[in-house]
Amino acid sequence: MEHKGNMQRVTKRFMKHKLAVVSLIFLLIMIILAILAPVIAPYNPNQVSGGFSKPPSMDHLLGTDQIGRDMLSRLLYAMRISLFVGAAATVISTLIGVILGLLSGFIGGVVDSIIMRITDMVMSFPYILLVLVAAAVFEPGLWSIVLILGFVDWPGVARLVRGNVLSIREMNYIKADIAAGMPKRFILFSEILPNTIAPVFVYATQVFAISILDEAALSFLGMGVQPPTASLGNILNGAESITVLTSKFWLWVPAGVLIVLLVISINFVGDALRDALDPSV
Amino acid sequence: MWKYILKRIAAAIPVLIGITIIDYLIMSRAGSPLAMMHGPKISESAIEVKAAMLGLDKPIYLQYFDWLKQVLTGNLGYSIKSYQPVTSIIGSHIGSTLLLMGTSLLVGLVIAIPAGIYSAIHRYKKRDYTLVTLSFLGTSIPSFFLALIFIYLFTVKLGWLPSSGMITQGTGGDFLDVVKHMIMPVSVLAVSIAGTNIRYVRSAMLEVLQQDYLRTAKAKGIGRFLVINKHALRNAMLPVVTVIGMQIPVLFGGAVIVEQMFSWPGLGLITMNAITSRDYPVIMGVCLLTAVVVLLANLITDIIYAIVDPTIQYR
Amino acid sequence: MTNNKKPIVVVEGLRKYYPVGNSNTSRARQMVHAVDDVSFEIAEGETLGIVGESGCGKSTIGRQIMALERPNAGKIWYDGQDITAMSESQLRGIRTEFQMIFQDTNSSLNPRKQIYDILATPMLYHKIATKENVKQEVERLLDMVGLAKSSLNKFPHEFSGGQRQRIGIARALSLKPRLLVCDEPVSALDVSVQAQILNLLTSLQEEMNLTYVFIGHGLGAVRYISTRIAVMYLGKIVEIADAKDLFENPQHPYTKALVDASPIPDPNLRDRSRIVISGEIPSPVNPPSGCRYHPRCPYAKEECKKVDMELQVVDSSSSHLCACPFYATNLAKEE
Repeated sequence: MEHKGNMQRVTKRFMKHKLAVVSLIFLLIMIILAILAPVIAPYNPNQVSGGFSKPPSMDHLLGTDQIGRDMLSRLLYAMRISLFVGAAATVISTLIGVILGLLSGFIGGVVDSIIMRITDMVMSFPYILLVLVAAAVFEPGLWSIVLILGFVDWPGVARLVRGNVLSIREMNYIKADIAAGMPKRFILFSEILPNTIAPVFVYATQVFAISILDEAALSFLGMGVQPPTASLGNILNGAESITVLTSKFWLWVPAGVLIVLLVISINFVGDALRDALDPSV
Repeated sequence: MWKYILKRIAAAIPVLIGITIIDYLIMSRAGSPLAMMHGPKISESAIEVKAAMLGLDKPIYLQYFDWLKQVLTGNLGYSIKSYQPVTSIIGSHIGSTLLLMGTSLLVGLVIAIPAGIYSAIHRYKKRDYTLVTLSFLGTSIPSFFLALIFIYLFTVKLGWLPSSGMITQGTGGDFLDVVKHMIMPVSVLAVSIAGTNIRYVRSAMLEVLQQDYLRTAKAKGIGRFLVINKHALRNAMLPVVTVIGMQIPVLFGGAVIVEQMFSWPGLGLITMNAITSRDYPVIMGVCLLTAVVVLLANLITDIIYAIVDPTIQYR
Repeated sequence: MTNNKKPIVVVEGLRKYYPVGNSNTSRARQMVHAVDDVSFEIAEGETLGIVGESGCGKSTIGRQIMALERPNAGKIWYDGQDITAMSESQLRGIRTEFQMIFQDTNSSLNPRKQIYDILATPMLYHKIATKENVKQEVERLLDMVGLAKSSLNKFPHEFSGGQRQRIGIARALSLKPRLLVCDEPVSALDVSVQAQILNLLTSLQEEMNLTYVFIGHGLGAVRYISTRIAVMYLGKIVEIADAKDLFENPQHPYTKALVDASPIPDPNLRDRSRIVISGEIPSPVNPPSGCRYHPRCPYAKEECKKVDMELQVVDSSSSHLCACPFYATNLAKEE
């Protein structure tokens, strides 16, 4: 990934996956829209700007919610929040996973056993249950969601990295490094780490997708991002009301569709990346 | 073999204890459940008496040991809210959850295994791409959103299916009635299970199809159907066994949301209620139970693996 | 040994055991006796070939000499210093003097690094080259092993197995070692490429006055390159002699079988009484009692099952050592 020749090869192979290319473009546009939300949103997402529960019109392209806030603006801000939560949780869990995985695989022995036992514990916990319990215990809110999701998702990364380290450690080029008297930090950071980045990156896309889904589920259940701050999950919360569900589709369908599109795009991109980065081809 | 099983059980015990400790610690951060139970009208002294009765005045680690001692004698404590024994609460709800989870797993796999194999056999053809895309769709739809769509379509618009509970209120609930109530929750869970597993089955199958011994089998002139059925399938099912084991915690999680959406009277529903009312003993009981189930599922997976795969040495 | 040159490596009573499997149970583990009480010397400038079937411990010896692993017992002196007693940081000071080339060329080069980085980084680290002249040095090395300068910016997967082995040799030589451990460096290569690599190794040895330990599982390549050859069987050296001597006058029945098994180019010489090795190689976990070769040896006597044979001088005027005192007499009886 880090050099030109390889980069071209990866790009070429990625481009073969047309759905993934479309997904990537879609994701980039969505990310730009999310970043620019304060500039492009037609209304303040938290202020009343029209009638109650008005269907889509020229003034309000996606209508207004029960208390008259512009849905399009709310959706843009919600996407901003959801993407942020997903990305931040992914960064946290990937960092934890990479560090623990490297330690576990490289040091071995007791350190390895302890880290792997903790990994087992977190992994054998029903995931949503842990998140729900934690969300109930800590004050619900943006940062607690980020932290909870971040601290729940790392075991997969840790296992992946550990497995990679263990197999790379047996490679002859590591033996050659040791024979050449190269220092441990060189072996760890210059030889082993770069060779685990590609699979970790692919895995991180999955974590990103799952984090977005989990944030949505938690916020939908009222344990995630708290109103008035909009997130894709808590917008859908409104659909638990039967009138919204039956006759006010603009209040819930767009948010749900947006979640599906974001998550599926991330999955497509991740899948194509896995294929493109596969060193065996 | 028995040695191996015993060893695996021995390895699971510290994990289990660790889980209960983490559990208890998280819970202890939550603040007193009494604050939830009583309004500000109740006097301080009344709360203290109540706290002493429930053992809440002791240091947290002693509370934990009290709880653990009770658990070992089969007593999971009493619900702070309803005063019922936790074991009986769990006992009366676990059946419907298992029914829901089991049926969903079955339906999900019945879809996923043939679809995954079909996809692998027709690799890089249109049908393969279609199936893979569908499987991604299955994993990308939040279950609550799919549940909303189903309720909207089949209950609100078409009026075909009931959207809540396990039986129609006021009736005894015959077999057909339960089936009708199950269709939507099972479909929602099955979609996500199938979505994940189609790709697992597919890649497991692809890996096997590329092995040399399959080429040998083909070269021997064995028919395509037989090759796939007799030689490939068996080996491809191995990783799938692991995946099913991995699905168990996911299923538990999914059940929480799906039960909430369809008011399915199972563990998920009482867990959600317990979480919102901070009913610790119930939460702890459910967490312990699920942890045991998950560890058991892992154990069974390993054992099946050891039996089916002769190349794994267990000692 | 009668070589007048001073030994660069002295191995004494080397033992290396590995636990079987990776279980962590507390009960007494079974051990593979990979190397079991082995002693020998390597003289400066010579090529010591080590041959034996896979699993006989020859590669383990290579890793011990490279100090990649610690032996369970025994000592290894490199240039008068006991490397088994050195700490990792002390070792780092002399590691550049002995280098290694590997059998599997796929895993011997980091797939994510360009050849330039693979060669330049260790030289820069050890200050063998400076930032100013490192590129020149790398090019010189590539030229020395017969690769084009344009290889610099390529990745390992862009080369053939033989070319990758050349890069491996260049990397080993970049640190200006005195000793090179070659662990089956040609076994994975095509036969025509094998000869090229062997020729390269021979000419480099002359040019740089290198000492080689050349590990191989058949006598073919080893015979071509070695000045002295040690034959190993199940963790022990059964015979060690000058290459010519070993081929013309093998003393151990196992050596004889290996010599007979290696093809002879001259058809007139072919029709000799051949020993064919029968049976499976026994498990190194529970090696046979007495002489380890006795279950497969056509000349085995009752005594062979009891007494562990020590290496003995075959003839006082030579450096030929053999662990079987009976073979020669046996043969005489037959004829």
